[in-house]
Amino acid sequence: MEQVIANGLYLGAQYALIALGLTLIFALMNVLNFAHGQMYVLGGFVTYTIYGQLKLPFVVALICSGVTLAIIGALMEKFLFRPVVRRSKREESTMLLAAATAFFLDAVMLLLFGEKQRGVPKIISGVFVSDRVILPYDRIVVGVIAILMIAAFMLFMQYSKPGRAMRALAQDRVAAQLMGVKVERYSMIGFAMGAMLAGVVGGLLVSITGVNSGIGGPISIKAFLMVMIGGAGVVGGAIAGGFILGMMESVGLTVLREYGDITYLVIFALLMIFLSIRPHGLMGKPWG
Amino acid sequence: MGSEMINRRSTLKSLALGAVSLLAIAAGGTVSAQAENKELKIGFVGVTSGPAAAWGTSNVRSMQTRADWLNETGGVKIGEDTYNINIVTFDDQKDPKRAIAGMEKMAQEGIHYVVGPNVDDGAAAVRPVAESKGIIYFPYAFPKALYTPPASNAVLGMVANYQSGPAIYKYLKENKDVKKVAFIAANESDPLSQRDSGVAAAKELGLEVVAEKDTYQNDTRDFTPVLTPIVQLKPDLLVLSGVAPANAPLLIRAARELGYEGLISAETAQDATVLQEGAGELANGFISVGGASTPEIRTPVMEEFIERYTKKFGEYNDESNTKVYALEYIIETLKANPKAIDDVEEFKKTMDTFSAPNPYAKDSTLKYVGATSFGQKRQLSVPMVVTEFKDGEFQTLFVGEVD
Repeated sequence: MEQVIANGLYLGAQYALIALGLTLIFALMNVLNFAHGQMYVLGGFVTYTIYGQLKLPFVVALICSGVTLAIIGALMEKFLFRPVVRRSKREESTMLLAAATAFFLDAVMLLLFGEKQRGVPKIISGVFVSDRVILPYDRIVVGVIAILMIAAFMLFMQYSKPGRAMRALAQDRVAAQLMGVKVERYSMIGFAMGAMLAGVVGGLLVSITGVNSGIGGPISIKAFLMVMIGGAGVVGGAIAGGFILGMMESVGLTVLREYGDITYLVIFALLMIFLSIRPHGLMGKPWG
Repeated sequence: MGSEMINRRSTLKSLALGAVSLLAIAAGGTVSAQAENKELKIGFVGVTSGPAAAWGTSNVRSMQTRADWLNETGGVKIGEDTYNINIVTFDDQKDPKRAIAGMEKMAQEGIHYVVGPNVDDGAAAVRPVAESKGIIYFPYAFPKALYTPPASNAVLGMVANYQSGPAIYKYLKENKDVKKVAFIAANESDPLSQRDSGVAAAKELGLEVVAEKDTYQNDTRDFTPVLTPIVQLKPDLLVLSGVAPANAPLLIRAARELGYEGLISAETAQDATVLQEGAGELANGFISVGGASTPEIRTPVMEEFIERYTKKFGEYNDESNTKVYALEYIIETLKANPKAIDDVEEFKKTMDTFSAPNPYAKDSTLKYVGATSFGQKRQLSVPMVVTEFKDGEFQTLFVGEVD
């Protein structure tokens, strides 16, 4: 059971990090970013190129993944989402734009990086072995980094000026504007941060799970699942959703293995019941 | 001075005109040489996008590389005519509905020979279209119903797992003392059917199957939770049924990191670079099946094919060791019976007696097989090369042949 819990916690930490960027963008702009998984994949490919191909240090690769995706996110917000949000009052316009962006990024990555699964050398070798738990050191390191990043993100949102501005924006866009918050600037910063988080977690996990150009869609779906569990647009909800999903997967795959692959069937069934009782997820409205 | 300039200008003008004329003649020559050749369209309907893109992409790229090569060397002589090969592709996105649309598109283009689809449901879905429109297709899917009478238009493009599995398990039982086997498969139709036939083959050989129901979602990125209970059963052999090349290194790595020390095998073709990048030395000893996979059985033609493929696409894909064959079989069979170029019934007649040298593997022949498995020759004879991965390369364990 200790192994199951360790697996669940590790999965939960990486899932939470994936969901954070998605929920941030939703909170700030009310945009369901279907391209979030593709941003994750792009971050993975940047790290693959810099760390795996050019043999530069992993940290440098990770920073490059974050910066690249932050720039792409900012550009997407400024030239794609901002004009659409300004011109269209219908929410599905941004959803369609996000879906189109996802398909576009998929095609570009397939052209640039090919169809193969890519991987990089382990960032740290060795496996922690005890009587009850076996966990490779690189997973421990990635899990710890993920938790530190989540903590840093929460502190940033809580205490920094841009963090406070973005929280205000998420709570009430018009009121924030009236109070002098520069809506366009902080929307762009928020979108860039969401994209950056996706890029960094993609880069971080490429050292364990590798990356290929076709996994963006499934990653997005999983991220949506976590956000739905925790409550859309709520940072704490995304974190909770990530850990709950990770733990449910880990426990389900062990306890239910006798019955075949029904873990996700059970998870989806529980989610349907849960959402019918609590449509806003665990933590309700944006920023609580 | 003035006349010198005029002379120089005239000379330059003459040279330029001469060069342009030469280029025009050369271009005209090329155009007329190409114009002399007829066009033979060969189709591809399969998956070239999404998580399984590697399967179809290796098909398409193999076909395009070979077609370019043949066209560059003057085309293919079939009967009295010489043809340039034109590969027409359609991405079915692993969706049976799109596969049907793709096959209909091939029929509209007057294509009679199509490589693909890559998966079971796609291959089953296109059967009515192929049969009604007179198309022979070459799926990479294993359901026997596709190749067994009354079906007659599908030709299996590779060695099926129910053909390679028993041979591998027997070899491992006799040579590596394997007694306990565990199976794991993605929760999709192809891997599940491959797992079931693998389980049956293992039981028939008297092996103890300790896990036969374990599955995973195909988009799983971290296999540690899935493999934890299986590793605890301590099997001698872990079979990754129908595993996609993208997932194989992740499964191997997770199993090894959980302390699994037994053998790991798969009955699907894999890529050495992907294994090396994704699992490194943890993939050493991994057993899989390929076509002309290893240097010792390759011919110079295969070496040149790999070189051309790499030059054209930047990187070779080891799955093409198997995927290289379908186009070759189509062309060689048409050469053997030119009437089949627009009459698939003629093609079917030729399949029973067809034989030609295998350009890609030493001591091997191109011929149609499958009589034992399907009751008729509806399978390409691709060398069943069982390989072991070692330090970034495949090494031959043994070579078998399907009857």
